[in-house]
Amino acid sequence: MTDLLLFKGIDEPGLNTIDVYERTGGYERLKKAFAMPHAELIEQLTDSGLRGRGGAGFSMGKKASFIPQGDMQKYVVCNADESEPGTFKDRELIQKNPHQLIEGVIIASYAVGATISFIYIRGEYAQQADILEAALVEARERGYLGENILGSGFSLDLQLYRGAGAYICGEETGLLDSLEGKRGNPRLKPPFPAVEGLYGGPTLINNVETLCTVPHIIDMGAKEYAAIGVQDSTGTKLVSISGNVKRPGNYEIELGTPSREIIYGLAGGPPDGREIKCWFPGGSSSPVLTADDLDLSYDFDTMAKAGSMLGSGAIIVVDDSNSVVDVAWKLAKFYTHESCGKCTPCREGTKWTQTMIERIKDGTATPMDLDIMASVQDQIIGHCLCVLGDAMAMPVGSLIAKFRDEFEAEIEEARQRRERELMGGVLA
Amino acid sequence: MSDRDLDLLPEFHTSVQRFDKGSRIPGWDRAADLDKDPAEVPDPADTEVPAELRAEIEAEMARFPDIHSAAIPALFAVQRRDGWCTPEGIRQAACVMGVTPAYLTSVATFYDMLNTEPCGPRQVYVCTNISCSLCGADELLGLLQEELQGNEEVNLRGFECLGACDIAPMVSVDGVYVGPVPFDEVPELARQIVAGEDPLPGRQLVKRPSADPKVSGSAGPNPERSDA
Repeated sequence: MTDLLLFKGIDEPGLNTIDVYERTGGYERLKKAFAMPHAELIEQLTDSGLRGRGGAGFSMGKKASFIPQGDMQKYVVCNADESEPGTFKDRELIQKNPHQLIEGVIIASYAVGATISFIYIRGEYAQQADILEAALVEARERGYLGENILGSGFSLDLQLYRGAGAYICGEETGLLDSLEGKRGNPRLKPPFPAVEGLYGGPTLINNVETLCTVPHIIDMGAKEYAAIGVQDSTGTKLVSISGNVKRPGNYEIELGTPSREIIYGLAGGPPDGREIKCWFPGGSSSPVLTADDLDLSYDFDTMAKAGSMLGSGAIIVVDDSNSVVDVAWKLAKFYTHESCGKCTPCREGTKWTQTMIERIKDGTATPMDLDIMASVQDQIIGHCLCVLGDAMAMPVGSLIAKFRDEFEAEIEEARQRRERELMGGVLA
Repeated sequence: MSDRDLDLLPEFHTSVQRFDKGSRIPGWDRAADLDKDPAEVPDPADTEVPAELRAEIEAEMARFPDIHSAAIPALFAVQRRDGWCTPEGIRQAACVMGVTPAYLTSVATFYDMLNTEPCGPRQVYVCTNISCSLCGADELLGLLQEELQGNEEVNLRGFECLGACDIAPMVSVDGVYVGPVPFDEVPELARQIVAGEDPLPGRQLVKRPSADPKVSGSAGPNPERSDA
């Protein structure tokens, strides 16, 4: 394992203050970046192979290169809305090392020529937002933000925006609408935010972890960063492990580490006497994998080839004491609640999936319903403005496909239970 | 089979339940009086806005290139003052921002943290999403509900993923995250919530060291979850 990058010294007392951050080499990378031309900076980001850490895994350098050049007002927006169930890495980064993020945002803003930038943090992270707010004040006082930063001629106004509790605002265009003071409904794409984003201007949107990585790439150089990890999945990644494991938490791993080493080695595996039934490799939106997939390398391409995705890097482990029907129901209920209601396949599909799973639980379903449910999932995927519907359809569809016998057994068991109750009434 | 027996068998075609004006959604027209014209931008001449609220909202409006971005901060300001987004507070905020109350109401009804119905000012959320529910969050919510029953100051809710699955099952007390909460500490937590004390100081998230054993200065690997 290579050295820690994002988590280096993360537990050092006072790292959230600018004095300690500067002492550990903070804001030095910013000076190095200011000495580089914009084009070279973006080239460095592209060459590093850094892929977006928020879920989509798109090349960060490429995204930055889509921002048009010219004198129009441009924006950088940091997506700190982290709402994907199972994900909590950005929370730790913001809380313990807020200046690392601020430095990353300044460098990204400088690279694309944005003079107004925002960090959109979910409203539930009240303590983390307060810490970040205090760090922003310090950075302004030291002249890292504001007019003519460090004499470079570059000016940046960086504001913190607190959301108010909506999963959909983690979707980039939903986030932009929310930031503009509207309901957080996703927009039709294209135009993509890089062309027409916040307030109609070109906008670069990146996840917290992606932006936190930027200073490290500037520091060590693209080539050295690209040497970490595996082909097409370079660098280190924060993995949030939760669910039925002994030591849940955030771990920084090198991409390409075997999944077994992460789940058993770092997180301690499921409680004693329990076996893994299934696990979500990239947040609750990713199709589930089973114990047979534990030896897969944990990187973008391997997860995609296995029919799932790395997503936000959040592993949720479900052990064999749980019913897959309950897991599917929790998922469907969540996405029903969070669907913004704009597109019919998602609004109706999530709701009906939840209702049909409830029928399984109360004994009024038949095995045929599983086929209907599976077809509903097929009809959601790819038919909406954003991927919220897909985010339910993929895991629920994969649960039905991989654990169909368990679903059928539960349907039969619940049906018999209900029949006994009804017949009990007749016999009485 | 007698008629009585038939009544007990499941209905195969359940009729659709209808609410007001034939709608399938209960309370869909509760917020609206369809006979009235929509409210316009409140006239500053006949809308009294407390200076404190006005200053807070105006400061937010000044932070953004477009004043509409201040909608959520303005609603939070109203909620901090009134405990929820009261129609009167929304009217005042709309007056300061120069938008219609309907605009702010449309925003308020979208977000989970903005309350558009009367509720207690203390916001207590229990995450009941997948990771937490695997670790007993639904039982935790039930126990806390029992403890806090009848308390009108506290707005206790099951909430979607709060981003703290490492301390599952967890509770957010006015933004302070605590967890993992063992069931036998629920009465103590409930008492602290009611008394307005610091909730479970030993279990607060911000004091927790990193789980990653490679982090220097960390206490090493976290102790295994006691209830795991």
